[in-house]
Amino acid sequence: MNKIWEFIDKKPNSISVLSSIAAVIFGLIFGFILMLIVSPGTAASGFATILFGPFSDLRNIGFLLHYAAPIILTGLSVAFAFKTGLFNIGASGQLTVGAFFGLYVGVNWDFLGPVHWIVALLAAAVGGAIWGGITGLLKAYRNVNEVVSSIMLNYVSLYLVNLLILNFIYAGRSEAMRPVASARIPSGFMDTIFAGSPANIGIFIALLIAAILHIVLNYTTFGFELKSVGESRTAAKYAGIKEKRSIVFSFLIAGAIAGIAGGLMYLVGDRSFRINEQIIEQGFTGIAIALLGLSSPIGVILAGLFYGSIMRGGDAAQRFVREEIVEIIIAVIIYFSALSLFAKQFIGNIVTQKMKEKPKEPSKEGESR
Amino acid sequence: MDHAVEMINITKEFPGIKANDKIDLRLKKGEIHALLGENGAGKSTLMSILFGIYKADEGEIRVNNEPAEITNPKDANKLGIGMVHQHFKLVDRFTVLENIILGFEDTKNRVLVYDDARQKIKELSEQYNLKVDPDKRVADISVGHQQRVEILKMLYRDAEILILDEPTASLTPQEIDELMDILKTLRKEGKSILFISHKLKEIMEIADRCTILRRGKYIDTVNIHETSFEELAEKMVGRKVDFTLQKDKAKPKDTVLSMKNVNVTDPISQQHVVKDFTVESKRGEIFVVAGIEGNGQTELIYGLTGLYPVDSGEIHLNEENVTEYSIRERALAGISHIPEDRQKHGLILDFPLEYNMILQSYHQEPFQKRGFLQFDAIRDHTNRLIERFDVRSSSGAKSVTRSLSGGNQQKAILGREIDRESDLLLAVQPTRGLDVGAIEFIHKELVNYRDQDKSVMIVSYDLDEVFNLADRILVMYEGENVGVFDPKEVSREDLGLYMAGSKKGDQS
Repeated sequence: MNKIWEFIDKKPNSISVLSSIAAVIFGLIFGFILMLIVSPGTAASGFATILFGPFSDLRNIGFLLHYAAPIILTGLSVAFAFKTGLFNIGASGQLTVGAFFGLYVGVNWDFLGPVHWIVALLAAAVGGAIWGGITGLLKAYRNVNEVVSSIMLNYVSLYLVNLLILNFIYAGRSEAMRPVASARIPSGFMDTIFAGSPANIGIFIALLIAAILHIVLNYTTFGFELKSVGESRTAAKYAGIKEKRSIVFSFLIAGAIAGIAGGLMYLVGDRSFRINEQIIEQGFTGIAIALLGLSSPIGVILAGLFYGSIMRGGDAAQRFVREEIVEIIIAVIIYFSALSLFAKQFIGNIVTQKMKEKPKEPSKEGESR
Repeated sequence: MDHAVEMINITKEFPGIKANDKIDLRLKKGEIHALLGENGAGKSTLMSILFGIYKADEGEIRVNNEPAEITNPKDANKLGIGMVHQHFKLVDRFTVLENIILGFEDTKNRVLVYDDARQKIKELSEQYNLKVDPDKRVADISVGHQQRVEILKMLYRDAEILILDEPTASLTPQEIDELMDILKTLRKEGKSILFISHKLKEIMEIADRCTILRRGKYIDTVNIHETSFEELAEKMVGRKVDFTLQKDKAKPKDTVLSMKNVNVTDPISQQHVVKDFTVESKRGEIFVVAGIEGNGQTELIYGLTGLYPVDSGEIHLNEENVTEYSIRERALAGISHIPEDRQKHGLILDFPLEYNMILQSYHQEPFQKRGFLQFDAIRDHTNRLIERFDVRSSSGAKSVTRSLSGGNQQKAILGREIDRESDLLLAVQPTRGLDVGAIEFIHKELVNYRDQDKSVMIVSYDLDEVFNLADRILVMYEGENVGVFDPKEVSREDLGLYMAGSKKGDQS
């Protein structure tokens, strides 16, 4: 055990990783207890289904990947903003606007032929960027807190997009029209590998964007500027960085990523955009995914895949437990992941304590020498 | 011997570092005892042990000649020990009275009653000449005033032994004088005071005895009237320190900076703070803007570097009109800037040191190629500056900047700005809060830079520094240039009068 503490003490980042893992474990345990209370008889088998069901065959894995892709993107959107010192709580709104832009192009611009889906996805990115950009402009030039403005814009986007759909791409029965075939995200070879699942190349788009963000943030001068402004607006300004422009850029990019998530969710054949009174949840889930993934692209990918697996597990477990219970379990895990910061502190305290108790022995040896 | 506190053979080890190594400290009753040492010498650790925040690995503490077991600050309070921390522990939105009684409230039928406390505070305030109004909100009073509230808080709790941790760090010179008077009154009333500082001048003025620590080790305890400034400095730093800066006569050449009738308005408060300011600085000279803090110096520099826009007037750099230039364009045109607030402007504290070393130059080759950062070049550059400017840190270029001591942070900024070889180097309060070793180093580097035929412009609120460095002195008062002086021809007293606005001079 001591070796573990020493390792953690030497590599401070490992505390964060451990705390994320701990959050997931606590969430699962809590979920299991909940299932025991609600339906003691089927709890064990239901729980096992949630955990392992998604990996039982390739079809399930296909579903997992399909669920994970947009969540990875909203997680990246939030994480990217975090890295540049901004809290993007408006990923839902950006996703919604992006979805409308994507759908509009996807429904109407069928003259585009084989590049139709690419243009539709780019349109989704533009929609998200516009919506994120509003928050960015307000923050940079009017000092409006981005949390407040982006959460309010979530509601604006909800009703605005409902209205736009009714006017332009309404299919009746509270649904938007589905994109024509040429605008759907291609399945590539995914439909042969994961036969029977809706999996498409969306997951690769998500991974590609994660890689690009990682490179931009860590290896380019542009990323250096964004991070500088995020860490200290005053010092960045002193250094001659145009800090206002940088904030706008951060939000444009975060919005674009969330917009692409909206594109991935609705540029498909099996699901249509519903006119609804609720904000699309994937945007908020992105916050939890970013926290759980410690705002690093790799972490967000892992957290997004985990989320996808729980979602798919939830589908399968409905044989044993009611749908609501599955949703509560997912919510609890998400909740605990948001609490991973506390776990971090907790583990950190243990380590400092262990290290405090330890060093006496070697120091005495040192003296006797 | 009657001792208020004796700390005998105290040792405290943290992983990887012996913060206190067999330290002795004896505080006599009724004396002011200074604890002197550079940053990181172990002063704060020792005081934290006395105050029960840390537990010593070895050693003994005696309070009032009795062995004492102090495991937390409450124990310390019970023994009559009070501490004023460097960063005050006051609730901004509470009144002075509420802050003082916090944790010691009187109640009647479970309702707070203030009258007795208010009376006691008034009496104490009068007795020690603290001039504290118990009903003012802490947010509305000055830093010096807040410190007096902290002192009053200790007295209210009947502390006999007072610890003051770097009490003058955030005070203005006038507030420092007031504090010194208060400490003398406290001593007269029989309180025992431990005064932690690295400022020799204050220690020479106020203390009876002084214990010196260096790198966690006990060096000596001396009687102040039997020692000298130089001896204290040598014991603190471990080598002889030059207090009079060696520099040759300036050989001013052509003009680098010329400001004509520059006006600056603070964009937040909308106050007109720099008024019709005209000045020139030349190659090969150190030009010092002297004055009392808050007379427009900060905004002058902001206007000059582009952090604030100027309302009117012109700024020329080497004949080039830079008035409309952005911050970056000015930096590239030849301005280096050591900012007044190194943590707000000068450094990004959570970045590794190497990123801070390219803060303005990351967009230039060799630090980037085609938009990509060149990490080898950045590392080499940083290592070179670390070596050249003796920047000490735990893990070199990769160290998180926040973990560096104030002196090393400042040396890092100094190195970065000097290395850019700009024609004009601006340095605002370049040695504020630093210990003598670092001050000496920075002053020497500034003179060196001058001797490479660069123009050095310094803003300083510290008269010692002004006279030590300046080839020419400009006094700024209420945003105006009230006169330019030759340091050899103006007395400190006269300069003080100009700074206070009671004398106006002619441009020379």
